[in-house]
Amino acid sequence: MSVVVKPRLPVAVRIATAIVVAILFLYVIPFMIPNYLVSQFATVLVFAIAIVGINLVTGYGGAITLGHAAFVALGSYTTAILTVRYGWNPYATIPVAAALSWIAGWCLGFPALRLQGLYLALGTLVLSITVPPVLKRFDAFTGGVQGLNVGNPAPPASVPLDESQWIYFVSLAIAAVLYVVARRILSGPLRRALVAARDNQLVAAVMGVNRARLTTATFAMSSLYAGVAGSLYAMIVGFVSPDTFNVMMSLSLFVGAVVGGITSLSGAFIGAMFIQFVPIWASDIDVSLGGLVFGGALILTLVLIPAGVGGLAERWYLRACARLGWTEAAATETAIEASTRGAQHEAT
Amino acid sequence: MTLFANQLIDGLADGAIYASLALALVFSYRSTGIVNFAQGEMAMLSAYVTWQLMAWGLPLIPAALISIVLSFIAGALLYASIVKPLSHASLLTVVSVLIGLYLALNSLAGFLWTYTIKALPSLFPKAHLQLGSFSVSAETAGIIAVVGVVLLLLYLLFETTKVGLAMRGAASTPDSAVLVGVSVPVMLLIGWGIAAALGALSGILVAPKVFLNPTMMFGVIIYAFAAATLGGFDSVVGAVVGGLLVGIVENLVGTYIPWIGPDLKIIVALVLIFGTLLIKPDGLFGRKKVVRL
Amino acid sequence: MSLLTIEGLQAGYGERSVLHDIDLAISERKIQVVLGANGAGKTTLLRAISGTTTRSGTIMFDGKRIDRLSARKVVASGVAHVPQGRGTFADLTVDENIRLGAYLRSSAEARQDRERWLTYFPRLQERLSQQAGSLSGGEQQMLAIARALMLRPRLLLLDEPSLGLAPIITQSLFKTLAAIREETGMTMLIVEQSANLALEVADSGVVLESGRIVLRDSAQNLAGNDEVRRIYLGYE
Repeated sequence: MSVVVKPRLPVAVRIATAIVVAILFLYVIPFMIPNYLVSQFATVLVFAIAIVGINLVTGYGGAITLGHAAFVALGSYTTAILTVRYGWNPYATIPVAAALSWIAGWCLGFPALRLQGLYLALGTLVLSITVPPVLKRFDAFTGGVQGLNVGNPAPPASVPLDESQWIYFVSLAIAAVLYVVARRILSGPLRRALVAARDNQLVAAVMGVNRARLTTATFAMSSLYAGVAGSLYAMIVGFVSPDTFNVMMSLSLFVGAVVGGITSLSGAFIGAMFIQFVPIWASDIDVSLGGLVFGGALILTLVLIPAGVGGLAERWYLRACARLGWTEAAATETAIEASTRGAQHEAT
Repeated sequence: MTLFANQLIDGLADGAIYASLALALVFSYRSTGIVNFAQGEMAMLSAYVTWQLMAWGLPLIPAALISIVLSFIAGALLYASIVKPLSHASLLTVVSVLIGLYLALNSLAGFLWTYTIKALPSLFPKAHLQLGSFSVSAETAGIIAVVGVVLLLLYLLFETTKVGLAMRGAASTPDSAVLVGVSVPVMLLIGWGIAAALGALSGILVAPKVFLNPTMMFGVIIYAFAAATLGGFDSVVGAVVGGLLVGIVENLVGTYIPWIGPDLKIIVALVLIFGTLLIKPDGLFGRKKVVRL
Repeated sequence: MSLLTIEGLQAGYGERSVLHDIDLAISERKIQVVLGANGAGKTTLLRAISGTTTRSGTIMFDGKRIDRLSARKVVASGVAHVPQGRGTFADLTVDENIRLGAYLRSSAEARQDRERWLTYFPRLQERLSQQAGSLSGGEQQMLAIARALMLRPRLLLLDEPSLGLAPIITQSLFKTLAAIREETGMTMLIVEQSANLALEVADSGVVLESGRIVLRDSAQNLAGNDEVRRIYLGYE
């Protein structure tokens, strides 16, 4: 698998793109839309964080995980227990949630090395089915079925924002940092090692890649993303209960990752919007429609656009740039072809 | 002692159900190398079909039999329409499609029959068989007997008939099966059909115990996964032994280890799966796979 | 009257073409051997005949065209293919392998034939209930041939039967093949890389090079041909 350098866009175009994105996230979403939607968009950001984690481990690490809700639960309950039972400042719990889920991911990543393909998918699926009963069983700690009331963190007095806007900006800041980190991970030598280990173990071995350690590290990193997402989720919802973190949440995140584009980090946001808003709209029509749409979307995405919506959008964007003469057309096509190939070869 | 014996028998009956569902997983895995994540949901739909046929006025046993036959056809159709076209697809695609199917089937049941619990009557009378000092419910004995008979029939099919032999050949070495004139796709189609029929049986047997609802198989499929993993995903004997073991362990642990109790029994499945995969990834009866770089 | 006639055959894998414009004919009751180096297209030739690879051109078998038939139909028309690397059903027992060879035939016929072929391969008789995967290389080759014979084919395609076998075992294998032809008059097309023994039992042969037939002659003449002797028979 060759590594393709994306055609570099002129500085002006990149600045323009950045300004559009900044206006969208810093002004349109927090200030232009109804308040209840702002907190939903905060949830979207949280889902996007978790999906970026899945992008890392499944899209680039080649390990299919169907149990990310388990790590989201770990993050959520860390925050909930520390704030409710020990009176911590909620923001102080975020690093703890990150560390705990990173450690848990490392411990589970160890079996992940030995579990090939399907078995890992199976193991993580079972893990996520086990989470709610375990949470209920240790009710002395977790509050059992009743859950724990975390409450929404209030904005500092000096900041003229309401609760939803505040938590939205907190989530946005953290999501932005984690997005940049993921971008960093996926550029340069580490990306090459990951892709080599995913697509051809022999080549990876020749390149001197220690696949086992790499998979564990990726798994741990993606768990950290899920844990941070969980921590923020507890603050947004203000309440945690076992049945939130059921198998449906795991599968939703997986659906979001695939629909957005399993190797597309920008697609994570689209995937997150999909899993946040589609069930809400669908359930207005019929309770069962959400699952049907999810299942259908999953299958259709893979059949029609294996690179996912995000991958498709990136492709259109690159083509448009080429057509406008901003980049070389030939380089664009190679990059697009390479990303298509990547999308088709995932996790074989 | 009587409690222990009763738990053991109950465990065997649960295990028989897990075994038939695990066997369904093994059949599809052996023939196409795919773990059918949607197997449990297919079984749940089969149970609903039985209920629907009864609602339309059929007696229980014919309704169950028709549902099993329909499930066979559905399994074969699933192979022809989805699994076969995916035979060269990446693992991610296969897993995603099956998860998609899982979600879609689950919602379909909710859409068609709503999420309220329904009662599917048991195939067996509410009697007790008195065996010396301890008694067994007719349901427990009946489940063990029915699954036993089905296993015997499957054994006869695979060991004594030409089609059974051809199916084993097609699953083991498809390239050579073609060269002796076996139509491999047809054999795999039958394999997926049998898998779905076995799943249907497990659904119909378990529905009276857990009540009919779209999420009824969540708990069961986990134990079936555990059974198939424990026995080895490519081993028929393993699925049966694994199923029975899981059933017994689950019951005994739930009864005798108060720390776990009935609520946390599900952790038995998790521990068994991860334990097996770590210690003996091919399971108790599975063949060792040579990992080629 | 030739049993198999091939005209203008092209074959390959996907878009990669391996064989170009092959013409070949085998008469009934004859053994023909195909010689050639690695990658010359020998295996592809057999696979083209048995329909296990993409092909175009005319292949007539017993007066009927088989080049459009699926592999299964070709088998049913009386062509048995013993693939390279034997392709036994490793999970099944020896007896089951043999029985599966007769999948397309009635059980009564199969039972008769089973006895008959087992007399040719007594080693298999002793190992009937053993798993095929546990047999030695020579035994697996015997099993693969016995399984192919169970089809009661008119034409037997053998792909490098000597591969990985000790010379002494190869020798007895070819003796057995000669005896089978003697008794049943079965036509055989044998692909071989090291061809000493094959030319001894064969009637005629062709040499393949880069997907084309470059030489065709009687087995006797081929065995005496200097070029063939140098390249394929290991004489200097």
